[in-house]
Amino acid sequence: MAPEATRVLVEQLARTGNPSSLHTSGRAARRVVEESREQLAAALGARPSEVLFTGGGTEADNLAVKGLFWARRTRDLRRRRILVSAVEHHAVLDPAFWMAEHASAELVLLPVDSDGVLRVDALAEELAEHADETALISVMWANNEVGALQPLSDVVALARQYGVPVHADAVQAVGQVPVDFGASGLDALTLTGHKVGGPGGAGALLARRGLELTPVQHGGGQERGVRSGTLDAALLASFATAVSSAVDGRAAFASRVGALRDELVDGVLASVPGAVLRGPRSGRLPANAHFTFGGCEGDSLLYLLDSAGVEASTGSACQAGVPRPSHVLLAMGVDELEARGALRFSLGHTSVPSDVAALLAVLPGVVERARAAGLAVVS
Amino acid sequence: MRVLAALSGGVDSAVAAARAVDAGHDVVGVHMALSRSRDQFRTGSRGCCSIEDAGDARRAADVLGIPYYVWDLSEKFEDTVVADFVAEYEAGRTPNPCVRCNEHIKFATLLDKAVALGFDAVATGHYARIGPSDDGTRSLFRAADAAKDQSYVLAVMGPERLARSLFPLGDVVSKEETRREAAARGLSVSAKPDSYDICFVADGDTQGFLRSRLGSQPGEIVDESGAVLGTHDGAYAYTVGQRRGLAIGRPAPDGKPRYVLSVEPVNNRVVVGSAADLAVDVVLADRAVWFAPPADSFDCSLQVRAHGAAVPARADLLPDGSVSVAVDGALRGVAPGQSAVLYDGTRVLGQATVTAAVRSSLGAVGAAR
Repeated sequence: MAPEATRVLVEQLARTGNPSSLHTSGRAARRVVEESREQLAAALGARPSEVLFTGGGTEADNLAVKGLFWARRTRDLRRRRILVSAVEHHAVLDPAFWMAEHASAELVLLPVDSDGVLRVDALAEELAEHADETALISVMWANNEVGALQPLSDVVALARQYGVPVHADAVQAVGQVPVDFGASGLDALTLTGHKVGGPGGAGALLARRGLELTPVQHGGGQERGVRSGTLDAALLASFATAVSSAVDGRAAFASRVGALRDELVDGVLASVPGAVLRGPRSGRLPANAHFTFGGCEGDSLLYLLDSAGVEASTGSACQAGVPRPSHVLLAMGVDELEARGALRFSLGHTSVPSDVAALLAVLPGVVERARAAGLAVVS
Repeated sequence: MRVLAALSGGVDSAVAAARAVDAGHDVVGVHMALSRSRDQFRTGSRGCCSIEDAGDARRAADVLGIPYYVWDLSEKFEDTVVADFVAEYEAGRTPNPCVRCNEHIKFATLLDKAVALGFDAVATGHYARIGPSDDGTRSLFRAADAAKDQSYVLAVMGPERLARSLFPLGDVVSKEETRREAAARGLSVSAKPDSYDICFVADGDTQGFLRSRLGSQPGEIVDESGAVLGTHDGAYAYTVGQRRGLAIGRPAPDGKPRYVLSVEPVNNRVVVGSAADLAVDVVLADRAVWFAPPADSFDCSLQVRAHGAAVPARADLLPDGSVSVAVDGALRGVAPGQSAVLYDGTRVLGQATVTAAVRSSLGAVGAAR
């Protein structure tokens, strides 16, 4: 966690009081929550009343998909279609699939191009034919695996023509690229604490004033009656502090880490035979580099890199931890075998040029060895 | 040594990995995902046991402080072990999927991949010992705990694989000792129940599993004279020596129970007879694997079931590399497809796959390969 977010969390944890209570300590806790709301709103170009605190990004995505669907469907029974990009995070994809199975929604997966970028023409076609039956559109701000920034202004412009609300999961984007909720024209946006140097278990859905959302979690009526549950003032203060400082430091971070990432990409492509950069060369998250190494198994690469002191990620793992070919890569048209050799490198605040050099020193040998092990399995 | 510890999520493999760590090896834990499930959307319908097992394996690795990975070998498992299981039953034989898994997955795919990644050996929670035989070569022996001994299902690996294997539980005297050790080490799987059933037949209903793969294939149940006694829904569901599940209306002339004597896939018939007809004098087996070059003819003991006793035997090598093992009526109901393991005392000499069981009075029983 970022030091300032940790400091605020520890300071506030000593405080007692339920922000919903009217006594003195309750009012003090309420004040902390509301100041956090204002701080977070200011950092993201939102109004304080547009901030709905949640227990994290997954909860905010569920609230957006289910809450928007039910609110729209209740008013107009024809609106059963949920449009999501095929490369959404599971926190959006799975609620959408669930709604199709259990709430008579009709799920439409919008295709992406070979860089993982939404095909706006497909969305335009879909809306031209079925706008009257569409409940909502959910397209992420930036893809978590291959880093591709999505054409949200085009999505919003199209959706406006037809009066369809748009939600964006911006969990990956906040603190990495400029995010201005008001200017974006979005109806709802998800963010979460642990991706911006804040605490886990804290997130928010930014929801445009007047946006109708059916509650998913019922109880005491907190958060505009949409998300019941006692608020944790200390956690939210820490979360807002983290968002605020991530946004303040964003430009400097992005230019420093972006340059380092470019070095990494150039180095990998030059030194590792068969390495393919996945996602767009430009128009991607500054800290993200994603490759496939054909003929390798991702888990072999992970093991060999870990032994060499480099921590990377293969992308998506299921509940049992079984590596599966990423749905993002498959949606981009990468074949299943190639997709198995996927590896994502994320840079952070502590990344320095010597880290990139250390990776480049070991990666060619690691890939060669993993290829040999991959062949051992096939034969 | 760099050791890959296969972690199933059970107590044996966890303690085996712990012992490998204690021995000073550089240990990495790997859980093999063997069941196939390719749903894009996680509905929660995935086999709960395998998720629980993977979680238990991960937790064991955490407690031991070793890295943990999941390797997806489900495709290979389906293509070799499961497909072989179904094909063998369809061909009227009686396969042992654990033997095939050790042959094709654990001591082949897993071991080869481990070696390719730079590991020196694979450690598993099997109960068997590795030690020097009289001539000093590295040999496979029965476990100290005869009740848990798994040398029978391991014998198929042969000497090259054995050289890269570790069985840290070989000298454990009882399963209770393993459980106590697990508890003392803080491994939460210490009280986890043992698994007995075939792992890919989740509900234990082997016949139902085979029916789902092979469909209904009605045929006749006959006696050795060819007289039709009843019908069946698929000869693949019957195993030599089986007594239950024979839908025969009439009692036998001698009033004694009848057993499956052989399964004839060609004409889809199940042949039944009396218990006396199950006695076996000679077992023929091929695809032999030897831990040391065998003599042309030698005394030994023969075991044909994972939980069966070994019986005194005399083995003769045949010119085609197969082996003929005389047991003089000491075994009953041996089916083609079973694994035949030859021992010299507690030492494993070799393993072969049964092609036929012969009664000196009546000729071959079962389908020849």
